Amino acid sequence: MKMTKRRYISILSILFPILVIFYWVRIGPILEIFWLSFHKWDILSKKKPFIGLENYRELLGDDLFINALVNTTIIAFGVLAITIPLALILAALIHYRARSRLGSFYETAIFLPYIVSLVPAAVAWKWIFDARLGPLNSLLVSLGFNAQPWLFDPVLAVISIIILCSWQALGYAVIIYLVGFKNIPTSIYEAAKLDGANDVQSFLHLSIPLLKPITLYVSVVTLVSSFNVYAQAFVLASDTQGAPGRQVRVLVLDMMENTFRNYRVGYAASEAVVLLLIVLLLTLVQFRLLRDRWDRAS
Amino acid sequence: MSHDPTNPGGSRRSAWSLVVDLVLIVFGCLMLTPLALLVSNGFKLPQELLAQQPSIIPHHPTLDNFAGVIAETPLPTWMFNSLAFALISTVSVVITSVVAGYIFAKFNHRTFTLIFMIALATALIPFEIYMIPLYFKVKSLGLMNSVWGLSCGYLVMSFGIFLIKQNVTHSVPDELLEAARIDGAGETWIFFYVAVPLLRGALGALAILAFFQAWTAFTWPMIVTTTPNSYTIEVGLALFQTGFTVDVGRLSAAASLALIPSVTLFLWLRRSLVQGVATTGMKE
Repeated sequence: MKMTKRRYISILSILFPILVIFYWVRIGPILEIFWLSFHKWDILSKKKPFIGLENYRELLGDDLFINALVNTTIIAFGVLAITIPLALILAALIHYRARSRLGSFYETAIFLPYIVSLVPAAVAWKWIFDARLGPLNSLLVSLGFNAQPWLFDPVLAVISIIILCSWQALGYAVIIYLVGFKNIPTSIYEAAKLDGANDVQSFLHLSIPLLKPITLYVSVVTLVSSFNVYAQAFVLASDTQGAPGRQVRVLVLDMMENTFRNYRVGYAASEAVVLLLIVLLLTLVQFRLLRDRWDRAS
Repeated sequence: MSHDPTNPGGSRRSAWSLVVDLVLIVFGCLMLTPLALLVSNGFKLPQELLAQQPSIIPHHPTLDNFAGVIAETPLPTWMFNSLAFALISTVSVVITSVVAGYIFAKFNHRTFTLIFMIALATALIPFEIYMIPLYFKVKSLGLMNSVWGLSCGYLVMSFGIFLIKQNVTHSVPDELLEAARIDGAGETWIFFYVAVPLLRGALGALAILAFFQAWTAFTWPMIVTTTPNSYTIEVGLALFQTGFTVDVGRLSAAASLALIPSVTLFLWLRRSLVQGVATTGMKE
C-alpha cells in the first residue's frame, strides 16, 4: 500500500505515545547509564560534576567490585558447565522417548523450576542446604561423609548458588534443545544406522555437531542471565547476622549497595556499563561464531 | 517402532526404552523434590521440622502454618500487589506490542524500520543494567511504593513487539487488508476486526509470558518498594526469611502459597507456554 504523507503522519501519531513510553522506560535510562558513569553524583546534591574516567579507574582497584566480578563470573560459567551438557543429554533422552506416555511428566518436572518464582524456590533450597537440619547434610552423614556448612563457607556458598541457578536454568535449555532435535531430519539418523552406527555414536557424531548453533545460543542466554544473578545470592548467602547476600557478593548486589547504601550513583553506573560490556561481548562472540559456521557451510 | 516384530533389534530397543524411562522418571522426581519438600514443610509441626531425618510426607499434617501466615502477616496484601502489578504490566505489554508490531509489519517506511531496529537492539540489554536511572525517574514522579511505580519497569517488551511483528507478517495477509479497504473499511476497524482476531494465539502467548515476567520479578520491586504494605510477594518473602529466628514451618507455608498462582497457571497452560518459549526462544 502506498504511504501518503497524510497516512504517514496519522500512523506516526498513533505510534507516538508508545514511542514516548519506550523512550522513557528503556532508551533514556540506557543512555543515562553511560552519562552517569562519567559523573559523580551522591543523590543528595543537585550538582553532578563531570569526572571523566575516574569512576572506571577506581573500579580497577576496588576489592569489593573485583570480588563481585570474580564471583559472578564463576557462577555464570559454573551454571553453564552444569546446564549445557546435562540439558543436551536430557533432551536427547526425552526425544528418544518422544512417544512415551510419560512425556508430559518429563516436560513438567524439568520445566517447572524454570517458570516458578525465584524466591520461593530459593527458600526451598536454603532449607535443603541448611547446615543443621537440611536434608543434604543428613544424606551426606548417612552416606558416611561429613556435614558441610553449605551456606556459610564462601566457596561452598558459591557452589550452592551454582546448583540453585542450574536447577532453574535447566528447563529452558532442555526445551530449546528439544526444538533442535525435532528439526534434525530423521533420514540422517537412518543413513547413519545403515552405515552401522549405534544410537550413542549417532548422538556423539551427528546430534552434537548438528546442534552446535543451538548450543551456542543457549550458552549465551544462560551466561547473560547468570551474570545478572541477584535474588539467588540474596536469599541463600546471608551472613551470620542474617544480612542478605554478604557471603557471596555479586555484581548486581554491589551496584545496588553503591547506589542505595553508599550514595554513589555515578560509580554504580560505571559498574552497570562494565556489566553491559560483558553482555555485549558475549552476544558478539555468539554472532561471530554463528557467522563463521555459515561462511564455512556455504 | 520399538514393537515392530520384523525388526530383530526391537526387544533390545524396548529394553533400552525402559532404562531411559527409568532414568528420566528418577531425574524428574529429583527436580521436583525441592518444591515437594517445601510444600511438605508447610504442613509440619515445629517438632517434626527439627527431626534429623526429614520426611517427604508429614506425620501429623497441620494447617496452623498456613492459617498463621494468612492471618498474621501481610502475605495477602503482597499477593494482591503482585497480582495488580502483573496484570497492569500484561495489559500494557500486550497493547503496546500489538499496536507497534502491527504498524512495523504492515506500514513500510524508513522511519518505522529504524525505530523497530532500535527497539529490537534494546532487547539484548538486561533490565538490571539500566534500572537505577529508571528508579530515579519513577521516584521523581512520586510513584515509589505503588503498583504504578512497579509497573513502570515492565510497561513494554521489545521482544513482544518483535513477536507480534513476526506473527502479523506470517498470519495477516496483505490481500485481506486490501479487500477490506476496497470494501470501504477504515484502518482502525481493520486493525480491530481483521488483524487482532488473527493474532489471538500470539497475543495469548505474549500475555502469559508478560504475566510471568512481572509476577516473578525481584530486583526491580526490591528497589521500588520500601514499605511492608507495598512489597510484592517475592520481596516480602525474601525479607521475611532474613530475620534472626526464622520459623521454617511458616516460611515454607508462605512460600508454598506464593507458588500457587504460577504453578496453577503453568499446569493449566503448559502446552502453549512451552510452545511459546520454544518458538520464540523467549527468556525472562
